[in-house]
Amino acid sequence: MSGPLVLGIETSCDETGIGIVRGRTLLSNTIASSMDEHARYGGVVPEVAARAHLEALQPSIERALDEAQVRLDDLDAVAVTSGPGLAGALMVGVGAAKGLAVSLGKPLYAVNHLVGHIAADILDADAPPLEYPTIALLVSGGHTSLLHVRDLTTDVELLGETVDDAAGEAFDKVARILGLPYPGGPQIDRAAADGDPKAIRFPRGLSKASDLVKHRYDFSFSGLKTAVARWIERAEAEGVEVPVADVAASFREAVVDVLATKALAACADLGVPRLLLGGGVIANRRLREVVIERAEAAGVSVRIPPLSLCTDNGAMIAALAAELIMSGRGPSTFAFGADSTLPVTEIQVSPA
Amino acid sequence: MILAVDTSLGTAVAVTGLDGRVVAEASSPDPLGHAEVIGDLLARVARPGIAYAVAGMGPGPFTGLRIGIAAARAFALGRGIPVVPVPSHYAAALAALDDGIEGTFAIVTDARRREIAVSVFDGTDADGIPNLVQPTRLEKQGTPLEVPVIETGRLSAADLARVAARAIAAGRTLADGEPLYLRSPDVVQPGAPKRVSG
Ligand SMILES: [Zn+2]
Repeated sequence: MSGPLVLGIETSCDETGIGIVRGRTLLSNTIASSMDEHARYGGVVPEVAARAHLEALQPSIERALDEAQVRLDDLDAVAVTSGPGLAGALMVGVGAAKGLAVSLGKPLYAVNHLVGHIAADILDADAPPLEYPTIALLVSGGHTSLLHVRDLTTDVELLGETVDDAAGEAFDKVARILGLPYPGGPQIDRAAADGDPKAIRFPRGLSKASDLVKHRYDFSFSGLKTAVARWIERAEAEGVEVPVADVAASFREAVVDVLATKALAACADLGVPRLLLGGGVIANRRLREVVIERAEAAGVSVRIPPLSLCTDNGAMIAALAAELIMSGRGPSTFAFGADSTLPVTEIQVSPA
Repeated sequence: MILAVDTSLGTAVAVTGLDGRVVAEASSPDPLGHAEVIGDLLARVARPGIAYAVAGMGPGPFTGLRIGIAAARAFALGRGIPVVPVPSHYAAALAALDDGIEGTFAIVTDARRREIAVSVFDGTDADGIPNLVQPTRLEKQGTPLEVPVIETGRLSAADLARVAARAIAAGRTLADGEPLYLRSPDVVQPGAPKRVSG
């Protein structure tokens, strides 16, 4: 086991993630989620998330150190997510990371959350090394992004992203329309189990020829959500009992279809036979099935990190910083803050 | 020594002796940008021999307030020292008392949304700590207060450390771990989904 010992702090959404890695070896992936507190609101409430981060940080760091069997003095560096994400939530992590780094006199690396999702893959000890270039599809409740990764630490390009709701958000909102609890992803999945994915043809956002000119790799899920709501209202107006299973399955199919189609289009257009998946929505089994099946047909190999590393976590932040260190990059200055719209090209924030 | 951190208004950090004597101080009056400046300010005052980390617990705008508390807690964790939470208004009250104010008075800070945060003090107690006689509360801006008002736009971390020093000497705790939010998160329970058909 070699490489720098790094503690990563991730607070961009509703998970307080503390991870510890030594080089590419995962030592701890501690996650405290405030999801239950958001359930009654039907979605992540930024202020609730930020309050929960403040409470969870210290015990989470202690738990991670315990699990990794290391002491803070042993660390080579501290890493933190600077963005993108919820500003108020990010700032809790930034404040803690700076306090910790100054206290210990250790270097601090401020990194990009989305690139962190890609870095999660290198912590998978059972997988062969990550090959470049690769297309990466990152899908969660906070983001839906398609990336062209030529090198993890130096060259990541945004191909497209959602222009409105994130895919995970769409699941939450449609779940609400169907009267299902939060979070929507697993609920829709359960409801869709006996449904026919072809029962209703819901629209595929930004997939018409006219849209593809400007938005070939962009996503839109807001129209889909409205289409589902309208379909249900019409059924109710006609006095028909809403076939929840069919609606859920058809909605999910529309989301999955767009995600898989655009990701594989990017692979084909750019001649990249590799696709990496990340983000919490990857937990959706139907999404994985469809992507794997279509990728196989297209001759594209698919990599999926373990699901515990797909959802937001601190280990991926630590892993990205460890890669930066191993490639000879110096620490960030303390001048950075939280950047809720940090572009993916900024892999390390505020390098010296 | 004591390190004090407060981000309830601007960003202020200080290191003092256990007797309250100032060793080092650094601050930024900017009511925003706490996340950007906290690291450099801390680095300017941090040194070996700090035995307590004091966190100013507000009241203050939540987003900024949390940054200082998070930094103070993490600093304490890094050094293996205890965190001492102190309500931020105590620092302003101690400064006012040092300036010779007598009788009952109110420390007032901006709470945004046309509200103010009000803490009413009266002298110091036996431990030399400002005597809070009414719990900190929110009032509409312009609400007449019955006592002399000290409007505070800047907070001294050194004063916060001095309050903490007296609390430590007396073995007292002036705040619990929760920031003085004074407001619930601004959210409403979702009702039935809105109709979308026209
Ligand atoms: Zn994420």
